[in-house]
Amino acid sequence: MRLGEEIRKVEEGQIRRFIADNFMIGRNPTALSGDASFLDNGIIDSLGVLELVSFIEGSYGIEVKDEELIPENLDSINNLLRYIEKKLSL
Amino acid sequence: MLVCDFLIQSAKFHPQKTALVCGEKRMTYQEVDRASNSLAHVLLQNGVERGDRIAIFLENSSEAVISIFSILKASCVFIVLNSSMKSGKLNLILKNSGAKVLITDMKRFAVAKKAATHLKSVQRIIVTDGYVKGALNMNDLMERESESLPASRCIDIDLAALIYTSGTTGIPKGVMLTHLNMVSAATSITQYIGNKSSDVIVNFLPLSFDYGLYQVLMAFRIGARIVLEKSFAYPYAVISKIQSEKVTGFPGVPTIFAILLQLKDLGKYDLSSLRYITNTGAALPLSHIQRLREIFPHTRIYSMYGLTECKRVSYLPPEELDRRPTSVGKAMPNVEAYIVNGEDERVGPGEVGELVVRGANVMKGYWRLEKETKEMLRPGPFFGESLLYTGDLFRMDEEGYLYFVARKDDIIKSRGEKVSPREIENVIYGVSQVREVAVIGVPDEILGEAVKAFVVKNDGSTLTEKDIMAYCAKNLEDFMVPRFVEFISSLPKTSTGKVKKDELR
Repeated sequence: MRLGEEIRKVEEGQIRRFIADNFMIGRNPTALSGDASFLDNGIIDSLGVLELVSFIEGSYGIEVKDEELIPENLDSINNLLRYIEKKLSL
Repeated sequence: MLVCDFLIQSAKFHPQKTALVCGEKRMTYQEVDRASNSLAHVLLQNGVERGDRIAIFLENSSEAVISIFSILKASCVFIVLNSSMKSGKLNLILKNSGAKVLITDMKRFAVAKKAATHLKSVQRIIVTDGYVKGALNMNDLMERESESLPASRCIDIDLAALIYTSGTTGIPKGVMLTHLNMVSAATSITQYIGNKSSDVIVNFLPLSFDYGLYQVLMAFRIGARIVLEKSFAYPYAVISKIQSEKVTGFPGVPTIFAILLQLKDLGKYDLSSLRYITNTGAALPLSHIQRLREIFPHTRIYSMYGLTECKRVSYLPPEELDRRPTSVGKAMPNVEAYIVNGEDERVGPGEVGELVVRGANVMKGYWRLEKETKEMLRPGPFFGESLLYTGDLFRMDEEGYLYFVARKDDIIKSRGEKVSPREIENVIYGVSQVREVAVIGVPDEILGEAVKAFVVKNDGSTLTEKDIMAYCAKNLEDFMVPRFVEFISSLPKTSTGKVKKDELR
């Protein structure tokens, strides 16, 4: 299943809300571009990654494998969306 | 010997060897040596003099490493600041240290500029990666300068670094370390770990943390390779790095190992290149030691103890780990450590007292903080010698192995770093509608201790936990921001009005 544009927007909103509520307290979440690295922008650290992983495992019912714990999958809104989409389509 | 000689010597013996790997960037000893020579000339051209302090406000990067050695080669004193520091604290440190030059990048420039405004002492800001009004571009300046080594004017009892650390007062204290202090510590550590030039050491710890900084110094001392990472965020990226770079040495703190052990299938990866793992900052939980032993049966695991004021005190020989897993061992080579009671008398096995350290690694004091210095350093047996009173309570067993018991003060240890409750309390008092606050550390499986703030707000106040956290995030380094905030109606106090933090735990 490929996520349609509408669904994708909902997903993006959900992920943005999670990031904003948990990692961007006191910062402006709307300023975060889809491709901005969480790490380079000081949004997420190692604990944040663990929290992010339990969030996507819990929200989307997917299992994040060890090998998938890499920035290419998790380090920006767009990387996350692509990763979740890929996992759901498997 | 000076600290910069580590690089100069290694560049002489292994010029073409890769010294530094940082992301995609790889630099040989010769390249690091020449770049740091050029930057040293830049600093000298900009008017720095022997003993001037120069601050580095960068994340882990080749530029940070080059800066450290260039500052030393210019006969100056380097200060590495936490890259998530906010302008308020940065201002305090710039003011206290009197730093003449601040080296930063575009991402941090606004914070740096704000911190340095109205400070006459900061004469130049250099940025590593761009152009902005009010700063000089590092590359442009370096291109104009010679790659030859400037004449050294330091001797080994001159200061090499100030390392800022948290204290009970909440005011950052600059630990004064001479070249001799740092060379002694690096020599002792590489000796007991048995480091060789074939070692490849991976470092995820910030260079502002002495444990991270020394990985670079020790690697350069022995002509090994340092793989410098910005952080330990994506665990599988770490595994890949260890495999692709054939890492032999992996220094960490309990938080890093706790995260690594969360991987579902850690045992299946080939990490056989790892010759040793080191842990310090706080004790590893027993269960984690056991799992690390299972996963890395051929890797030597070192439990160690130290504090910035002398870098390292003790280590447990790996072969003792199964027999006394909670011990941090005995004093490292060329260092003496013993326990004293309240009357300053040495105590025997089983008795709890304060750990005292004697050695060439003991700091010269806190920069421009006489009172705080006198609390930590007291006269030793010989005229002019100082003993370090660690403020940490220890006991030893019958065979002289040391065990950490507690701290004498209420400093929190989170992610292996010291966190001053007072510093956080001072910030939270800046939130309007906060009447009182007390900050403590609460046990946390991954962090060791997590920062928790108890807040009493004014009657009718609409403050939320998030408001407090948001304010802290704007004013404190990331690792100091409370994980938990709890509102309570009043703080428990003694008859003299002192907050009874024990009752909050």
